[in-house]
Amino acid sequence: MELQHLIVKIPIEGPPGLDPAALVDLFHRWVAGQTVPGVLLVDVAELLHVPDGPGVLAVGYEADFAFDHGRGVWGVLYRRKTLLGGTDAERLSHAFGAAAQAGAWIEAAFPGKVKFSRTEFELIVNDRGIAPNTPEAYAAAAPALEGAVRSLLGHGEFQLARHDQRPRERFGVTIKSARPFALPPAG
Amino acid sequence: MKASNAIWKERFKGKLPEPLGSEVDQFETEIELRKQGKIDEKVFAETRLRRGAYGQRYDNGQRSDGVESRKLPFADKPTKGPGTMWDAPGMLRIKVPFGGLNPRQLEVMAEIAEEYSDGIAHVTTRQDFQLHFIHIENGPSIMRRLAAVGITTREACGNAVRNVTACPLSGVCRDEAFDVTPYSHALAWFLMGHPDTMEFGRKFKPAFSGCAQHACGLTQMHDIGFVAAVREVDGKLQRGFKIVVGGGLGPVPRQARLLTDFAPVEEMLPLTQAVCRVFGKHGEKKNRNAARIKFLVDKWGIEKFREEVFATRKELREDPRWLGMLQGIEQAAEGPLRPPGQLPAPGANPALAQWLRSNVRDQRQQGYVTAAVTLPLGDITADQLRALADIVAKYTRGTIRTTVEQNFLIRWISKADVAALHADLVAADLGQAGAESIVDVVSCPGTDTCKLGISSSRGLGGELRNRLLAKSYELDEAIKSLHVKVSGCFNSCGCHHVADLGFYGVSRTLNGYKVPHFQVVLGGQWEHNAGSYGLPIIAVPSKRAPEVVDRITGHYVQNRRKDETFYGFVKRVGKGPIRELLEPLNQNIPSHDAEPGFYSDWGDPRQYSIGDIGIGECAGEVVTRYQFEMTAAERLVFEAGLELDRGAPQAAGETAYAAFIRAARALVQVQYDDVGAEADEIVAEFKERFFDSQLFHDPFVGPKFANFLFAAHAARGEKFTADTAHHRIAEAQLFIEAVHSCYNRLRSAPAGA
Repeated sequence: MELQHLIVKIPIEGPPGLDPAALVDLFHRWVAGQTVPGVLLVDVAELLHVPDGPGVLAVGYEADFAFDHGRGVWGVLYRRKTLLGGTDAERLSHAFGAAAQAGAWIEAAFPGKVKFSRTEFELIVNDRGIAPNTPEAYAAAAPALEGAVRSLLGHGEFQLARHDQRPRERFGVTIKSARPFALPPAG
Repeated sequence: MKASNAIWKERFKGKLPEPLGSEVDQFETEIELRKQGKIDEKVFAETRLRRGAYGQRYDNGQRSDGVESRKLPFADKPTKGPGTMWDAPGMLRIKVPFGGLNPRQLEVMAEIAEEYSDGIAHVTTRQDFQLHFIHIENGPSIMRRLAAVGITTREACGNAVRNVTACPLSGVCRDEAFDVTPYSHALAWFLMGHPDTMEFGRKFKPAFSGCAQHACGLTQMHDIGFVAAVREVDGKLQRGFKIVVGGGLGPVPRQARLLTDFAPVEEMLPLTQAVCRVFGKHGEKKNRNAARIKFLVDKWGIEKFREEVFATRKELREDPRWLGMLQGIEQAAEGPLRPPGQLPAPGANPALAQWLRSNVRDQRQQGYVTAAVTLPLGDITADQLRALADIVAKYTRGTIRTTVEQNFLIRWISKADVAALHADLVAADLGQAGAESIVDVVSCPGTDTCKLGISSSRGLGGELRNRLLAKSYELDEAIKSLHVKVSGCFNSCGCHHVADLGFYGVSRTLNGYKVPHFQVVLGGQWEHNAGSYGLPIIAVPSKRAPEVVDRITGHYVQNRRKDETFYGFVKRVGKGPIRELLEPLNQNIPSHDAEPGFYSDWGDPRQYSIGDIGIGECAGEVVTRYQFEMTAAERLVFEAGLELDRGAPQAAGETAYAAFIRAARALVQVQYDDVGAEADEIVAEFKERFFDSQLFHDPFVGPKFANFLFAAHAARGEKFTADTAHHRIAEAQLFIEAVHSCYNRLRSAPAGA
């Protein structure tokens, strides 16, 4: 299995101290300024009326960003839509880096009101065609996945668990690190 | 685009039902040919539309950020159609004939929504699904995955037979003549790709209803409508349909006219084929604004149209499918999974009690009910779709319907299961009460994603819903059943014409800035299959539109007579006093500095704009004069509506004509101060200055609205009926909106341009 079309979601710590609708304005500024390197942002979608849904999205050609509320958990989400070259580890690093950068920008835009986890994130392969959510697929992918996460975090002190074992769901894992990881500077 | 595109192609090779499989293959080839520049962009545009792949806002590569219009730097590739960038995300419309779905189909919809879209599936006002932000090159994979479970996007858009809709209560309704479900299914598949539907100048929308009196089928507002009827022949009951043609909403709505009051079911397919052949052969092709079948029926009159259809019917070559597709149809019916039961007492569960009152209806079959699943603005997440699939499998034989009110309807639920069903729906956040009530606001996509949107219909719809939900427990019973429907523009995808309270988006210039507005539409009737259409009474700023609902419903609650419907109340009281109630909403406009949020739309903090139009620079004096004239024109068109309400169609039509002339004069005066008051002179000046120069041409519909003026002028002195006066008023209102648009374009054009 090749890790393509990755979704990385970093959950917030505690309840959000801001009205999620405030993200609409922030994301419009991202689109207006085309502030995300390597992503052509096209539009903003506000879907807060849907319970436990996609929240607020900055929709792009290569990737989307969201202040996401899937499964009732707020978090910053990066969703890769176009193909990426490189190795699995490089693609994971890219997706995690983009989510972390977006998280840093959101934290800076709303100081003290939202803080994203430094120890946990979720990784989903958003393509059932290349990544069926089966025990066999997981067993086959686990070594490469663990290697990619080790490379990303720079250590091996983490737990990796399947996100959801039901075959109808997408292939994914939750990663909990014993050591905190850093978000990049917001600047 | 997606890594798995080749995998899906290989997985479904030779396994998809035909002709769906080969259709997808063809489309994939056409995509490749277009990428190589071997298909003309207009041809490709129509071919993708006929596969359901539609454009979406900003796909021309331009987007206003509230200050100015900026270029979205898409890669330089062949276009998807004129002015449509290849990489710009688009919308995919998915046909759901009669709204019927099964759990596996729901499951696949969920997969596709989360893998290719934004995780949301949107139920439309014609029982379709729409997905947004789709890349064209993923289209074939999506279509293959849908085809594998019997769903198609074919002819969901374009000049084709669109989704065949039907009353979602078909088969379980207490009032229906018979179950129209299998007939709607047969018609949908009979017409798909039929040679007699290939030459249409515009789209063609069929609808079925099991009865005449209720709204569910909305047959009166469709290109062709079928209303089930039974008659006795030689002591035997015979099934058939009353068939109506030429209805439609859009800018100038039409009530469908009677083609035949009874056609036996065996004649349903051939007669419809004949209608299609007549429309394809004689319908307008060049002017798309007059190409719907309603214009052909207008032009010919229903008698000539009927004659032509029946003559054509006689000439049709016999097709074995006419009867073959109806084989065994009377025996085809959904049934229950579980034995019948009794409704539970809600006890101490007020949410269940409220949901039972608003969302649950008795079926014709004893011991069973239907339950509506309320979707906010027609949206449902992938997780909810999966939960719904489980619920449908658990409580039914695996069937569910989408509705034209953007909800789902689960049928054949044993009354004994109702409490458990509600608990399961609540666990999936799908147990909201208030289906088909005032809180269940219907909205088209509007400026969120539609290229034609003028104001944020979903923004207003969501705001109204939130406000009404917050006070739903204290709402007067009299207003709970009202229908509120919002369209982002005059095209009426939100069905504002048939709402109790309708809104459609327009723009106005206030204090030198453009401000989103909504026209308030009253007088529409949801019942009787969309039995009558409303007319606009006043435009109010978008941010004050919620106050419209408060004022009108408050007025109704205070002044209604016992058991008086809202429709009856509006007719009795008249639109004049209601307009007076709303006029203060156009006063005390805050300055931009004092309240910048007033100058943006609901859910969108950008400074409001339509396209690239910026702040005007013309001298205030000209604006004042123009506004004066336009105020007069708007007053006249409103008065025309009052005349019509008073039963004076002649006065109504003449007043509407006067509104045309006044609005045309307002625009002519911008260039020619000394224009006189004579209609001939005004129209001649207008033609020379604005029509011949194409200054007045609408960016989307060209000269359509100017032609309304010329037609009205050419027909002055005509005798008006209620119908023709209604049309004249609606056209005058659209002409006035077009004058505003033209004026805004002129003011925003650079000096000397």
